[in-house]
Amino acid sequence: MTKIFETALYPYARSADQDAAIPVRHPVVIIGAGPVGLTIAIDLAHKGVPVVVLDDNDRVSSGSRAICFAKRPLEILDRLGCGQPMVDKGVVWNKGKVFFGDRRIYEFNLQPEDGHQRPAFINLQQYYFELHLLERIRDLQAEGKQIDLRGENKVSAVGTHDDHVTLEVDTPEGPYNVEADWLIACDGAGSPTRRMLGLDFVGRVFEDNFLIADVVMQADFPTERWFWFDPAFNKGQSALLHKQPDGVWRIDLQLGWDIDKAEEKKPENVIPRLKAMLGEEVHFELEWVSIYTFQCRRMEQFRHGRVLFAGDSAHQVSPFGARGANSGVQDADNLAWKLALVIDGTAPVALLDSYDTERAHGADENILNSTRSTDFITPKSEASRIFRDAVLDLSEKYAFARPLVNSGRLSVPCTYDGSALNSADALDGPARSRPGSPCPDAPIGDGFLLSRLGQDFVLLTIDAEAPDKIEAEGIQVRNIALSVADDPSGQLKARYLGDCDSAVYLIRPDQHVAARFPAFDKDRIARAVRRALGMEVEP
Amino acid sequence: MSALNLDPNIDRPDDLYADLLAAHEGLTKDESDALNARLILILANHIGDRDVLKQALAAAK
Ligand SMILES: Cc1cc2nc3c(=O)[nH]c(=O)nc-3n(C[C@H](O)[C@H](O)[C@H](O)COP(=O)(O)OP(=O)(O)OC[C@H]3O[C@@H](n4cnc5c(N)ncnc54)[C@H](O)[C@@H]3O)c2cc1C
Repeated sequence: MTKIFETALYPYARSADQDAAIPVRHPVVIIGAGPVGLTIAIDLAHKGVPVVVLDDNDRVSSGSRAICFAKRPLEILDRLGCGQPMVDKGVVWNKGKVFFGDRRIYEFNLQPEDGHQRPAFINLQQYYFELHLLERIRDLQAEGKQIDLRGENKVSAVGTHDDHVTLEVDTPEGPYNVEADWLIACDGAGSPTRRMLGLDFVGRVFEDNFLIADVVMQADFPTERWFWFDPAFNKGQSALLHKQPDGVWRIDLQLGWDIDKAEEKKPENVIPRLKAMLGEEVHFELEWVSIYTFQCRRMEQFRHGRVLFAGDSAHQVSPFGARGANSGVQDADNLAWKLALVIDGTAPVALLDSYDTERAHGADENILNSTRSTDFITPKSEASRIFRDAVLDLSEKYAFARPLVNSGRLSVPCTYDGSALNSADALDGPARSRPGSPCPDAPIGDGFLLSRLGQDFVLLTIDAEAPDKIEAEGIQVRNIALSVADDPSGQLKARYLGDCDSAVYLIRPDQHVAARFPAFDKDRIARAVRRALGMEVEP
Repeated sequence: MSALNLDPNIDRPDDLYADLLAAHEGLTKDESDALNARLILILANHIGDRDVLKQALAAAK
């Protein structure tokens, strides 16, 4: 059977641009149809911005790569109309076990907080994730949205100018030139765009190799994340077992630094390792094997004039903590509304600088977390191994040591504290919904809050008098008026009011809080909208 | 007799762990051992209570 990732899903087709006498100029060109490029394309198309997506192949990610998708990206995909198929297909899990040597030292349950539509995370192969994005693109195209996805279009040169970018693209029928007002480089960790523009990508390389194998097996392992430190079947190293849909299991085996990658990847070497782990009697089939070294690094700036970098091209993390694709989807979420408002002239170009500051802040948080996990899993000095082993030893008996065990901290969204788009916090409300925070979900009526917010600026008013909609800077801001009377669970109050009786939140199109007040005040809200659009505001 | 607290009590445990590793960075084995010994003595002094310290010794064994 041909695997989905071996199928040409958007085969090369000749574009009219290839026959144009002078290069055609597009408002937005995206390089790369990975999870990040596809998400931005969908988001921009929703906002009425036509996009051209160029990818050097015509299929989804070969092998699964990312498998763990967190709540916040799922909420973003809900906003974009494709969260449900992912959750339906994905495996929801929240239990895990940690082993040290031959001992099972403890179990955990990451029981997610109540009152959210989406689980803390699901496991789903990256190729399915991309497939669902492609399906969403097909639906949007059928609705007349302009997403021009071009397979086997490899960008071979990029030229930057003050007000546009020129591209040279290779195709099976030869090269052509095309131009863009804005270029979004979502061309992955090895970003050719970054290289062609001679830009930096600094950080830390971890001197370690991991064998990543996806195996298909009918096994009665539970739907849990199992993590081993120093197991007998992989002495001195670590191992991970995690379930994906369709009876596919992810296995990660740490191999150390001095290995022969080509040798280790051969099935005759992989299979005995897996048998040692799974037991001789378990029948499995290799779906995909790869060997990885990990790096944690980022570009100094994600915006270079008319070129914006998003996803792995801008930042790279080790996979412990599942922050790669998850954070790239958040880049898309942050960038799309800003670029759409700059393109239609509503917001100044300066708004795009906030993309750089906000997402660089996110990248730093992700790099810090995944670096720490990697340091715990692969101690780099004798002292750190001694501490690591002490923590593991103690955690078998004593609860206090368990929070110190770090086999990956699962991806949570960052709060854009200190962003220039935030207005000063004017509500004595809960810290979790302060300006800059992603809106926490909460049950309301027979649904959930986030699905009511949509994808434009909105006011969320709770027990506060306010008009149904206001206009500020040419933007219509709809009011979503709620009351604690419709909040039987009390979670809306706990997450948005705290001890206050009423609140008025200004929420950005990416569902982050821009400002909050105890009551409606048209002038203050208009100022907050200006600020959130990156405009000058008098103090 | 006060009981030794063995439940999670460290504010931002990942930060503490990173601080510990940073303190040991670049030290030789002897220097690391000496640092750990000084640290134990400082923390023991802060705790003060001999009963608690005895329980801690027993838990660590
Ligand atoms: C083993 C492993 C496990 C992982 N696990 C997780 C996880 O559990 N959760 C998670 O969130 N992340 C995880 N990740 C990270 C995740 O896979 C990446 O972060 C994610 O793929 C980045 O998406 P992207 O769209 O930025 O780049 P990519 O997926 O790399 O896509 C880049 C695209 O650009 C195209 N391209 C490149 N050059 C050109 C060119 N010149 N012209 C045209 N097109 C071009 C490529 O063909 C490709 O389609 C994992 C990664 C690995 C390796």
